Parts: sequence; structure tokens; C-alpha cells
Amino acid sequence: MSQAATARIPEVLRATSISLAAIVLALAASAVLILLAGADPLAAYWALLQGAVGDGFALGNTLARTTPLIFTGLAVAFAFRCNLLNIGAEGQLYAGALASVVIGIYLTGLPAVLHIAFAIAGGFLAGAAWGGIAGYLRAARGINEIISTIMLNFVAIFFVSYLVHGPLAEPPGFFHQTAMVAESARLPVLYAKSDLSIAIFIAVGFALVTAYVLWRTPFGLKLRAVGESTGTARFAGVPVNRYVFGAMSVSGGLAGLAGTAEMIGGQYRLLDFFSPGYGFDGIAVAFLGRSDPIGVVFAAFLFAALRVGANHMQRTTGLPTSLILVIQGMVILFILCVAVLEWYRRRQRG
Amino acid sequence: MDVFLGVLDPDYFAATIRLATPLLFATLGGILNERAGIINIGLEGTMLMAALTGVFGAWFIGSPWLGFACGVLAGALIAWIHGFVSISLGANQIVSGTAINLLGLGLSSFLIRIVFGLKEQQRVVPHFDPVSLPLLADLPLLGPVLFHQHALVYLAFLLVPLMWVILFRTRWGLMITAVGEHPQAASSVGVDPLRVRYACTVLSGALAGAGGAFLSLGQLHFFQDEMVAGRGFIALAALIFGRWHPVGGMIACLIFGAADALQFRGQAVGLGVPHQFMLMFPYVLTLAILVVVGGKSQGPAAIGIPFRKT
Repeated sequence: MSQAATARIPEVLRATSISLAAIVLALAASAVLILLAGADPLAAYWALLQGAVGDGFALGNTLARTTPLIFTGLAVAFAFRCNLLNIGAEGQLYAGALASVVIGIYLTGLPAVLHIAFAIAGGFLAGAAWGGIAGYLRAARGINEIISTIMLNFVAIFFVSYLVHGPLAEPPGFFHQTAMVAESARLPVLYAKSDLSIAIFIAVGFALVTAYVLWRTPFGLKLRAVGESTGTARFAGVPVNRYVFGAMSVSGGLAGLAGTAEMIGGQYRLLDFFSPGYGFDGIAVAFLGRSDPIGVVFAAFLFAALRVGANHMQRTTGLPTSLILVIQGMVILFILCVAVLEWYRRRQRG
Repeated sequence: MDVFLGVLDPDYFAATIRLATPLLFATLGGILNERAGIINIGLEGTMLMAALTGVFGAWFIGSPWLGFACGVLAGALIAWIHGFVSISLGANQIVSGTAINLLGLGLSSFLIRIVFGLKEQQRVVPHFDPVSLPLLADLPLLGPVLFHQHALVYLAFLLVPLMWVILFRTRWGLMITAVGEHPQAASSVGVDPLRVRYACTVLSGALAGAGGAFLSLGQLHFFQDEMVAGRGFIALAALIFGRWHPVGGMIACLIFGAADALQFRGQAVGLGVPHQFMLMFPYVLTLAILVVVGGKSQGPAAIGIPFRKT
């Protein structure tokens, strides 16, 4: 193992313990809410756990939902390493889904391997283009990427809605959805009952590639240098604007793949408003994973488990599923608090 | 042609002002905390929580005014959390704001179901009705546009000159600007940057809360999930467009109000434009405006940077 890798181990341990502490605190704080709602927190969390990983079907569902969250989490984490906040993963996801579904439906007659490769490339490029707009606006015009990506979300979502109501609607057009993608564009299925396909392996593969790019390539090194101190990076001769544009484009591409994974990995057709907020969940996933690609994979699994388990919790205890958003918000707040307190403690010691 | 004639009527302008009001409350709040150097992208979640608290207050106390006060208080309280995390702890303000948005979204949707029950989520509560100002409301054309509005609309627009005076003609305004531009310098002449930032952040939350409570008590008369629909974010765009100035912010809010009203009107009369494009319009307009003015407008120098006493 190289020196750089061994030096990172204590850092990873510290980050993991902060994340775990934040989760425990968030669950404890949410337990108060559950009590106020007149339910038993232990019973509620037990139902949550049962619904998430209680049997093969539950676990399949959780893994199927982990897939898009890994991609959106990677997207947010990648941009954050360059000190950019991509709130636009949701819109980029729609852009990626649109491109993949169009390729999947209309580019027929190809062998499956090629067709799938084109659908994936198309999804990445479409997401990258949508994220790249925000990157360009930030680099060239100084427009805050948070505001622009939020606006681009609305535009992408309504544009897809327009397309499935009109030009792309499946003939004869009774339903507001596209036709299904060709068989040759569909990813091999692992567990049909819960829409689980090999997309999960592709997602984990991309996490490894992202980690490699961030830690082991000159591009990743310079990108992180820009993220840590724009001034220093500029002084060292890094073309900061190009890296800002590049980081937002790659980030958008990763978010686009979340849409691709949904389209060719189980949904097979595009509906308006099909995403239950995977893009926004990606923000929480990235922070819980401490913007580390491997951490993102675990965080994505946890949040997918929360989402899937929440449905079971609602059925058995009557608690609304929106409790999950509260838990996510609290996790982020507690990570912020714990990380800062820990920083103070270390400073006092050193 | 009919459509354009249809747009140019008093009702349209009245709707523009009414729809600009919640944005104006939030934008004025945003101007205040950004001028002091604190970014709050949690305005959206703050408005949602205030919209909910306003509905609860109005229902359980039985008065829209007290409900409104509850909404304002809730906004201040949530902003105080943001203040604690980003001012006292010095954590990343953007991340803290994101957490506030998630919390607001989840908590409001959770509490409305728990308190009103699944079947009665959209219970109509005591709300505000338009008030005609005596004599002025009878003016031709201007009367129905300007002087037959909710009491809160008058309040929001009166806050614009008030804010202008405070920011540019008082010592407080000077302190706020100093803290936003150069907190170390402000500190060296005896101003406590942390206290100024706290005050601005909490007041800003109260104003965003006023915007949220106006949405539920002045427009919808009940609470609905995600009813703020991005207005907290549009307010952030409006304050950049208005260059952190109350009058500029007001003009930006009126433009957004006009776009929003056009979208409603377009749905009603059928402009021949797909309905989704009408829904997109305010957001595309925001982007277009940012592209035009974005690069040129500069915010306060110390914005987003935590202040630590050395």
C-alpha cells in the first residue's frame, strides 16, 4: 500500500465516526418527534429496518434504490471537491434519463452491448451538458451555481413533462409516458420482483473510478486544489475556470447516469415527475459520505434503506414517510456540528 | 390579440402585486442577512415551516393575525438554528441552509399529517381577505390595482422604504455593511460582528417567515406539501438581480410576480403555448436575468466567510 493511502486511513476512520455519530443523534432526535406523534420509536425503527432489509424482496428494493443515489451522491461529492455545490442533480438526472430513453427507443438494430453502451454514454453526456451550463455560467459570468442549478432543475423537469405529454408520448398518446426502450438497451436483471439490475455494479464501478480520478490523477489533484483554495491554485498556474467548468460537467454527467440507470435498469420508460427526489437526496448522501466516493456508496445504501423502510413504517405505524426527510436534514446538521466541534478540539490540543 | 388585451387589465396588475408580496418579504430578509455576510439558502425551508406554523396558529388561536405572528416567530427560530451553526460554530453556510431546506420540507409535511390527520390535511383556516383603503380604492384603474389588497401587501411594500432608511441612513445600516464587507475592521472599531450577524439572520428569518405565512394565510388558506414551490430560491435570485438593494429587490420581485401572474393567466385563456412552458417561464426569466446582470453585480466582500475572533 502506498504512503498516500496509509496516511488516509486515520482520516477515513475519523470521518466515519463523525457520520455514525450524526446518524445516531438524528435518530435520537427524530425519536422525540415520533413520541410526540403518539407512536413508539422503537417499534417505528424496527418496522423501518424490517421494511428495508427484512427479507430478500426488501433488500432487493433497497439495492435498486441505492443505485440512483450512488450516482447523484457521487455527482454532488465530485463538485464539492472543487468547492462547487451542485443542487442541480435532479435536473441533470432528467436530462440523462431523456437521452438514454431516446437512444433506447429509436436507435435500434444494434447488438445489446453496443446499444447499452450508447445509452450510458448518451445519459452521461446529456447530464454533463446540463451541468456544464451551470459550470460555464459560474466560470465565465460569475453566476452562483447554486441558484443556476436550481433554476435549471425546474426547466429540465418541465421540459421532460412537455415531451412526454406531446412529441415523445407513446402512440396513440392516451398515457403521459414514452414507449418502452428496446430489449437490446435493457441491462441484465438480477432480481425481477424489485427491479434490481446490474446497474448497481455499474454504480459501484463508477464510485471506484471517481475515487481513482480524484486521488490518483493530475486532473483530480488540481480539481481538489481549486476546491481547497482557488487563490493558491490560480497562483500555482491551474486554469481555475476550466476546472470549475470541468467539475460541473463531470458532476452533471454522473447525475445523468442516475437517470440512465433508472431508464435502462428497470423503469424502461420515461414518465413526468418519475424521480422521487433522487437528485436532492444526493446532497445528503454526499455529505454523509463526507464527499468520499466509497463513503457515498455506504451513505446511498443507508438512505435507500430509509426510503424503502419508510413505506413499511407508514403502513404498520401510521407515521408519515416525510419523517425520513427530517432525519436526513438532521444528519447533515449534526455532521456540521460534530465536525466543527471536533475541529475545535483538535485545534486546542495542537 | 385578445390575450394581450386580457393581460392588460387591472386584475392582472393586482395579481402581479399580490404574487410579488411573499417574494418581497423573503427578498428583503435575504438582503439583510447577505449584507451582514451570511448566505441563507434555507429560505425555502424556512418559508415552508412558517406557512405551516401560520396555519396552525390561525386554526388553534382563531385569528389570522396571530397565525401570521406564529409564522414570523417560526421563521426567526429556524433562522436562529442557521445562525447557531454558521455563525457560532462557523460551519459551511450553504450546507447548513441545505439541511434547513430538507428539515423544512420533511417536518412541515410530517406535522400537517400528525396534527390535522391524513384526511383533513387541507383544512381551511381563518385567513386574510383584501382590504379596500377608503377613497383610494375608488380611484379609476389604480384603485383596484393598488388599494384593494391584503393588509400584508401594504405592510410588505412599506418595509421597502423602511429598510432603505435603516440600511443607508442609520448607524445600524453602517454597522451591517461594515460587518458584511470587512468584519475584522468592524471588530477593531468596537462592533461585534457575531452579534450583528445573529441579529440580521434572525430578522431575515422573521421576514422569510412573513412571506411563508402570507402564502398560506393570504393566498391558499390552507397548507399543502411543497407549497412554497421554489420561491425561497427565486428570492435569492431576486436579491442578486436587485443588487442587494431594497428598491432593486422590489423591482425584481414585481417582475417575477408579473411572470407568475402571466403563467396563471396563460393557463386560463390558453395562449397556445404548452402549459409546461408557462410553468418554466419564471425560472427561465431568472436565469436570463442572471446571465445579463450576474457577472457585473458584486455581493458583500465577506459573504459566506465565517468570522472567528483571533
